Amino acid sequence: MALREQLNGLVNSMFLEGLLDEQFEQLQMLQDESSPGFIAELITLFCGDSERILAELTKLLDQAVVDYQKVDAFVHQLKGSSSSVGAQHVKLACVQFRQYCEEHNKEGCLGALNVVKHEYYLLRGKFDTMLQLEQRIQAYESKQQI
Amino acid sequence: MAVVAESQFHVLAVDDSLMDRKLIERLLKTSSFQVTAVDSGSRALQVLGLSEDLTSSPAVYPAHNEIEVNLVITDYCMPGMTGYDLLKKIKGSSSLRDIPVVIMSSENVPSRINRCLEGGAEEFFLKPVQLSDMKRLRPHILKGKSKEQQLQQEEEEEEETSISSNKRKAMDEELSPERRRLRLSNNNSLI
Repeated sequence: MALREQLNGLVNSMFLEGLLDEQFEQLQMLQDESSPGFIAELITLFCGDSERILAELTKLLDQAVVDYQKVDAFVHQLKGSSSSVGAQHVKLACVQFRQYCEEHNKEGCLGALNVVKHEYYLLRGKFDTMLQLEQRIQAYESKQQI
Repeated sequence: MAVVAESQFHVLAVDDSLMDRKLIERLLKTSSFQVTAVDSGSRALQVLGLSEDLTSSPAVYPAHNEIEVNLVITDYCMPGMTGYDLLKKIKGSSSLRDIPVVIMSSENVPSRINRCLEGGAEEFFLKPVQLSDMKRLRPHILKGKSKEQQLQQEEEEEEETSISSNKRKAMDEELSPERRRLRLSNNNSLI
């Protein structure tokens, strides 16, 4: 079915580009008939969390005196959720970010924040497409069962 | 009295991250565990019946011998009570200390891992937790249960030299007759 091929093609390209890692494969294994919306739910939570955190980080780094402890705590959180969903590039960007935090390097942190944002929004666009395709496939398949 | 014919083990999962709670819940359910997932150490203690709030009504938090938890899996980094704090509280409780505890963390810090293992944790899982990690849980639960069986046999026989600790025996004797009856019926299902 064309939709499924499209979805598989998209996910495969994301693996090839390194946007997704083996953790996403784990998630695919965990999604089945008893939990068809599992990946969609996780992705939605990830996006919500990430955007909230990115907004906080932007505010914190906008201060004259940066609270690096708070910044690090947020980056740690983002690193954790990106790791759980298999968002490899975002995770790696967070690792780099934490380095700059440790060094109390404001310029470095600002740069790292931009990299994280870039990687996140890139991923987010593809996740949106993925979820739309999944929805259409599930709608099609449930019609077939009637 | 609840008698579980085909015992499905019950795992209490503790993590402040909603994403990670969803993930661990799915991992556990896929591996045929019954799951209760909570967002903090203090909530976990409430489920375990070790509520620090003495005014909580029994209707809201059932007595602990009605909710049997076979294993606790907890995140290490949590605000307020950390996974390590929760571990110490469980191991420090005469009624709960035999429940196996597994700690999860996104950070591979050897000193942290050692501290947890020395504190009584059975295992330390690096996040993200994998499906294959779930296989490591059952042996810890069964080890605990077969110890229980053994103890009961020893008690019944009365003369056997005990190979398990006296502490466990003391704990067993503190239990209500009802709890022991529950154990006896569980015994049959394990064969």
